[in-house]
Amino acid sequence: MTTKEMVCIVCPIGCNLKAELNDQNEVVSVTGNTCARGDVYARKELTNPTRMLTSTIKIKGAIYDRLPVITSSDIPKGKLFDVMQALLNLEVEAPVQNKDIIIKNVCDLGVDIIASRTMEKVNKE
Amino acid sequence: MNTYDLVVLGGGSAGLASAIAAYDEGVRSILILERDQELGGILQQCIHNGFGLHMFKEELSGPSYAERFILMLKEKGIEYKLNSMVTHLANDKVIEFVNPIDGYMQIKAKAVILAMGCRERTRGAIAIPGYRPSGIWTAGTAQRYLNMEGFMVGKRVFILGSGDIGLIMARRMTLEGAKVLGVAEIMPYSNGLPRNMKQCLEDFDIPVYLSHTITKIEGLNRVSGVTIAQVDDKMAVIPDTEKHFDVDTILLSIGLIPENTLSDEADIILHSRTRGPIVNESFETNVPGIFACGNVLHVHDLVDFVSAEGKKAGVAASKYIKGELKDGQTFDCVAGKGIGYIVPHKVNVENVGDTIEFMFRVSRAYKKVTLVITKDGEIIKQIKKPHLAPAEMEKLLVKRADLLGCASTLSIEVVEDLV
Repeated sequence: MTTKEMVCIVCPIGCNLKAELNDQNEVVSVTGNTCARGDVYARKELTNPTRMLTSTIKIKGAIYDRLPVITSSDIPKGKLFDVMQALLNLEVEAPVQNKDIIIKNVCDLGVDIIASRTMEKVNKE
Repeated sequence: MNTYDLVVLGGGSAGLASAIAAYDEGVRSILILERDQELGGILQQCIHNGFGLHMFKEELSGPSYAERFILMLKEKGIEYKLNSMVTHLANDKVIEFVNPIDGYMQIKAKAVILAMGCRERTRGAIAIPGYRPSGIWTAGTAQRYLNMEGFMVGKRVFILGSGDIGLIMARRMTLEGAKVLGVAEIMPYSNGLPRNMKQCLEDFDIPVYLSHTITKIEGLNRVSGVTIAQVDDKMAVIPDTEKHFDVDTILLSIGLIPENTLSDEADIILHSRTRGPIVNESFETNVPGIFACGNVLHVHDLVDFVSAEGKKAGVAASKYIKGELKDGQTFDCVAGKGIGYIVPHKVNVENVGDTIEFMFRVSRAYKKVTLVITKDGEIIKQIKKPHLAPAEMEKLLVKRADLLGCASTLSIEVVEDLV
């Protein structure tokens, strides 16, 4: 039996988690979490760590030149830079609605890239 | 002169929540003055996620979180003016502002809510030695450039200060292809949330140098290098501990200061520690009818708590407008040993509902301690805490019944030897 300690990153509270692993390196129990997500996080972090990714892409005709985007769900930690690469030369035109799909099934991860705000069309002088 | 029941200064998270709450309490004559070209405040540049877990039970990006409140505001038809810079606030609640549509305006309010947020401490504030080349930015300015305007501010980056914005920018710059060589923190502990230490630095193998500060910045026109050194417990540089990094950019994440220039003009008394107004249980400042909430009052870690505070201030301001806020005896909230500050700073029990929430920060990191709450010197509550850190705001709920009869002071202190 081994114990692993970690800080939960699911939300800004940052609970101090303790996971107990058996001799086959399987998670037996998680303690220190104050919600169910902490349990899920600890198990994932020790087997297949994942992260949400947020970035921006180019947008034309909006109040600013960048549209913030987010993955529709968490992706394997090792794929962060692949997805960044896929966003590199992307360009959309306003208007865009919050949660509009920008890339479907990005990098074959089964996860979409979606807009994380609404940007109306504006006439910039 | 136009008059409003309520004027809210600032359309960020605190201002939006307070205006919506006042509307829900029946106030209809409301105006929000926002200096930027859209509502939402700093949330619009905080594209990372993790916002809203308390408020909406969802993890949202900053812009998504702002959008929820902006939609609520628009549904209720609450009036707001953009590009509107308030130039003066008087203690009789006359507000002067300028914008490109109205020009110069003067309006009078029955109640004012201060929701101007905070600004970043700059290089001058801590007097770093060295030249003054370009390439030195506050983390938040770099964040706005990158996330809203679309400009990378550098390729090889060193970060001073472990505040959350700096940590988040370390990850963001790394993802965009920059090399972040390290983060130096003068304190022996991190000033950012533990989750950000993990997912912004550890995930990308970015080293943290605790008890370190910048001793030299090189470069005539553009930053070309930075030297850091270790400091002792008196913050004096320890000789021969210097480390040098070739960088073109330095980001400063060395703290936030509530933005209280307007509060000063209205004779509002500020607290030496929070650098925000001294407020009572109703978030009312020493000037009757002027309230404060969010980062202008004290710097928060979570926007959810800013919104919650904004809501309380909005409800209190609407009570004031309706003449329902009671005058009376107040007692002081005293930051005892180990406590940096407590908000609210004073309490009139008459205006407290069933419970009141005290927000406070400890002045240094602690492990396994007890928080002792005393009323006029008599202990009313003891709470064991496995760990406390200045970077994490603590909240304490006290029942109204426990506060009745409090004559002069309520104090919170950290006791180390009770465990």
